[in-house]
Amino acid sequence: MSQSYESLRGRAAIVGVGESDELGRLPHKSALQLHMEATANALADAGLAKGDVDAVFTSGRNTANDLPEYLGIRPRFIGGTQVGGCSFILHVEHALAAINAGLCEVALITHGESGYSRISMPAPRWGDDSTNNQFELPYGISGPASGYALAATRHMHEYGTSSFQLAEVAVATRKWAAMNPKALMREPITIDDVLSSRLIAWPFHLLDCCLVTDAGGAAIVTSAERARDLPKKPVYVLGTGECATHQMVSQMPAFNRWDAATVSGERAFRMAGLRHSDIDVAQFYDAFTIVPIMALEALGFCAPGEGGPFVSGQRTAPNGDFPMNTNGGGLSYTHTGMYGIFTIIEAVRQLRGECGPRQVRGAQVAICHGTGGTWSAAATLIVSTAV
Amino acid sequence: MSETYPGPVPKPTPETQPFWDAAKRHVLLIQHCSDCGQHYFYPRPLCPRCLSRRVTWIEASGRGRLHTFTVNYRPPRKFPVQTPIVIGLVELAEGPRLLTNIVDVDPDPARLRCDLEVEVVFEDITDEITLPKFRPRAGA
Repeated sequence: MSQSYESLRGRAAIVGVGESDELGRLPHKSALQLHMEATANALADAGLAKGDVDAVFTSGRNTANDLPEYLGIRPRFIGGTQVGGCSFILHVEHALAAINAGLCEVALITHGESGYSRISMPAPRWGDDSTNNQFELPYGISGPASGYALAATRHMHEYGTSSFQLAEVAVATRKWAAMNPKALMREPITIDDVLSSRLIAWPFHLLDCCLVTDAGGAAIVTSAERARDLPKKPVYVLGTGECATHQMVSQMPAFNRWDAATVSGERAFRMAGLRHSDIDVAQFYDAFTIVPIMALEALGFCAPGEGGPFVSGQRTAPNGDFPMNTNGGGLSYTHTGMYGIFTIIEAVRQLRGECGPRQVRGAQVAICHGTGGTWSAAATLIVSTAV
Repeated sequence: MSETYPGPVPKPTPETQPFWDAAKRHVLLIQHCSDCGQHYFYPRPLCPRCLSRRVTWIEASGRGRLHTFTVNYRPPRKFPVQTPIVIGLVELAEGPRLLTNIVDVDPDPARLRCDLEVEVVFEDITDEITLPKFRPRAGA
């Protein structure tokens, strides 16, 4: 018996979230410890014990093969889908499906990465005979900046998107970070500061680029029924979507738009049965300032090419009419290398009203969206305290 | 040609070996699907559009346009130069796109533009491996 995709709406809820005990630059902690701290904090937040967990989802250098042992959990459902930083967002969809199918009941989604200090980070990367090492790395792509920049340059060429507009995102995001005690970078910055910071990969200046930090993050997902018995207000999973199009950025289907995000967004909105005007707060993976701009277009918050004007005038800042990345984002709060889990943590806290000075008043529906690889994969998640 | 090229140096695989053998002769090969008519790059023995096995190698014209680019101000540590480099995504006249370096230009974004007409040149980096790179066409 099969059921419709849309019927999964609201069948599961996020009931616990947590970060590692510390975030930032942590040369005294391994990536695995960051996983474990985040897991403990998310379980405590959920009012659940480790023994309640029967499914583990993770991604990254430490895999689903490593975590059960370190955490002391024996999952009977194991999710290791690895498509880069948004993996944790699409793990929510996979947990929703598995819970709804009766394969598990309490799913742990865990992330831990020593992105800055590189403690307990298995070295992998691409072999000499990988497609990357044959067709991209010989030309001096280094890290994600130069790959993400290729879309930014084409977007600017076709639509007139400007460095000033990119800087608007960095400045607005820093204003949110100033209100988050866990954010690494909290000093206010100006558009001029962004534009006068050193160039990393055209058109990105240093302050257009996310941080590189050490941190962990985790979320607990369970059935809607069980969620209602737990202490905190459940945050229901209303819509999910995912898509992947390429691995090497040179194979991106188009550089002026983000096809994977268009697919993931359409699916999430369709399952949720909501309109864009229903969204109260947005958490968009901001690896570089262009990423949320192209996400806004791909997800349908504005027309193609209008992402630059959309973010202008500090529209995404505190007191703007489109609150985005209210934790300070990957640009100013934390970015380990795989930021996706942190969009979920902040969305849940906003919907529960736990965000103190940065609380978006009356927030009832949140959207999380992430990128994986180099615009390679996308995952979208719409959540709400109301079903 | 230097024996101390710092890398990265591609190591061919069975399906890419003909491409690298041709590059060594300063010939740019792409593939063509006899069933769906698609030209494509990078090399794969089955057409990525229709999964046909009726695929042939053809010599590309070597001409194309700079679809998009970046200037990387921080090249990787193991790289021949530590000065800014122009990384270009070239759309060949036949359609496929490939990542490359744009050479014979100032690495200055203000002096580059999308859709610039370019042509292939070859750089022998080891005895076995030659990289296709691109430069602006005369008058472009």
